[in-house]
Amino acid sequence: MSERKTAATRDAYGKVLVELGKENPNIVVLDADLAVSTKTSMFAKAFPDRFFDMGVAEQDMIGTAAGLAAAGKIVFASTFAVFGSGRAWDQVRMSVAYTRMNVKIVVTHAGITTGEDGASHQANEDIAIMRALPNMTVVVPADAVETEKAIRAAVKFYGPMYIRLSRPKTPIIYENADCDFQIGRGIVVREGKDVTIFACGLMVSESLDAAQILEKEGIRARVVDLHTIKPLDKELIVRCAQETGAVVTAEEHSILGGLGGAVAEVLVENEPVPMVRVGLKDIFGESGKPEDLLVKYGLTPADVAGAARAVLRRKK
Amino acid sequence: MISKEKIRELEAMAVKLRRHIIEMTCAAASGHPGGSLSAADIITVLYFYKLRHNPKDTAWPERDRFVMSKGHAAPVLYAALAEAGYFPVEYLKTLRRIGSSLQGHIDMLSLPGIEMSTGSLGQGLSAANGMALAARLDKKGYRVYCLMGDGECQEGQIWEAAMTSSHHKLDNLTAIVDHNKYQIDGRVDEIKSLRPMPDKWKAFGWNVLSCDGHKIESIIESLEKAEKTKGKPTIIIAETVKGKGVSFMEENPLDYHGRAPTPEEEKKALSQLCQVEDFEI
Repeated sequence: MSERKTAATRDAYGKVLVELGKENPNIVVLDADLAVSTKTSMFAKAFPDRFFDMGVAEQDMIGTAAGLAAAGKIVFASTFAVFGSGRAWDQVRMSVAYTRMNVKIVVTHAGITTGEDGASHQANEDIAIMRALPNMTVVVPADAVETEKAIRAAVKFYGPMYIRLSRPKTPIIYENADCDFQIGRGIVVREGKDVTIFACGLMVSESLDAAQILEKEGIRARVVDLHTIKPLDKELIVRCAQETGAVVTAEEHSILGGLGGAVAEVLVENEPVPMVRVGLKDIFGESGKPEDLLVKYGLTPADVAGAARAVLRRKK
Repeated sequence: MISKEKIRELEAMAVKLRRHIIEMTCAAASGHPGGSLSAADIITVLYFYKLRHNPKDTAWPERDRFVMSKGHAAPVLYAALAEAGYFPVEYLKTLRRIGSSLQGHIDMLSLPGIEMSTGSLGQGLSAANGMALAARLDKKGYRVYCLMGDGECQEGQIWEAAMTSSHHKLDNLTAIVDHNKYQIDGRVDEIKSLRPMPDKWKAFGWNVLSCDGHKIESIIESLEKAEKTKGKPTIIIAETVKGKGVSFMEENPLDYHGRAPTPEEEKKALSQLCQVEDFEI
């Protein structure tokens, strides 16, 4: 991994929730027996009256969140990504998305870096199934700084959101809190004109490291933090494709239906350019240390750099 | 004490709702008449006697909330909302038509007066809990009502929610089971029995009442008992008959769970659902 400072996105979530709780008495937080892990326990401690631990019952948690939102509350509902997306998908679809409720589903332990808990706990399909829902906004912050901005933006935004966070500490991209986060607007974090790497979450840092590797070979890679998977920043994607002529996507998620799928949809219809997707290749993960899993499943800076070289061979 | 005139008035309204159910499902040539007819008296009592609501101000913060968890019984709810003045009665004929607010299963965003979209069974009680918790947080006095089907209680989420209601001692919540004993594939007892239903709810920490779901006084009495119960949520198991009021539907409830009456059957059904207003004093 890079030499950047690290912080866990879930820690940033827990901290900012407490600040927001002070600012806005209308915020209510739910969890499904994972408050210590998702860090909503910090809010629970500060505002016990506005926190409900729903027990091991994710479907009921999402339904209850919808009811609270129907009565005017801004509701944050947290659990692990596998449960918040998969276990409660129909509840999210029916009671939150279809009803356009002001519920923010903030999940942690997304992707393969969940690590030792193994495949059952590694959500690698959640972006795909959540972005398929009408009315749903899907955000994957790149680091702890952007997480704080995203959570603050979520409070100001009316409607359902799915915000995807990680378990381990991940590199800080936006030092000195220098992050102009706006829902639906990608951020160019490194300029370059040979190839564009669109990334989200931890893979933004990995892609920046990949760009350094490529630079030594004379390849100038542009890196875009595409934190909002839905609504997608189509304008930016098309512009980058036009300007660089080749695209790589990098996500800690299946290559099916996630960031890569979403970018491919835009490019095919608007600006077809050679493209390679970096992500889990339609496979379940396994137990192991996060850094070892990233290597085994092809999510390192070297993998992203390799994808860039491969796509450049196809560039016209 | 409720007057005899009021009871007669409510009985007449229930007949009106039943006629609407037959007419609108026949016009749509699809829909769920059986479970709508079984809930007609319960819905009548709620919308024309019990609920504090205002058709002219659907966002009134103090209004009581009603969640129709058995979303396929949409026709009876639409009929009640129309008769209560939320929209013109003539609009009922647009049920299930393209572009209509009267969706096959209820959609809160397309029709004012609906508190929660439902249709995927088992989800209403959780939402009702959320509303009841919000009432408590906001120190508001409104009550939350939730109507479920008996077959619907086979959904696991119902029991997750049942634990939530009692854990949080939601005595501002009244749930009602429309116990009409049938689900699409057969008798509830034969498909997957819920017996003993009262004991199950009791074991989940609820105050359990029962009523005759087709007798206005019995429904009112149980709803009022529920309101007086403190420290726990109340569930009323309403004994009902699927297809109630239409002889050939009562006799063949499985056929009319999800099948609309034909024009011929409509005529026959309406002849049995007499125009009570003709006999009004």
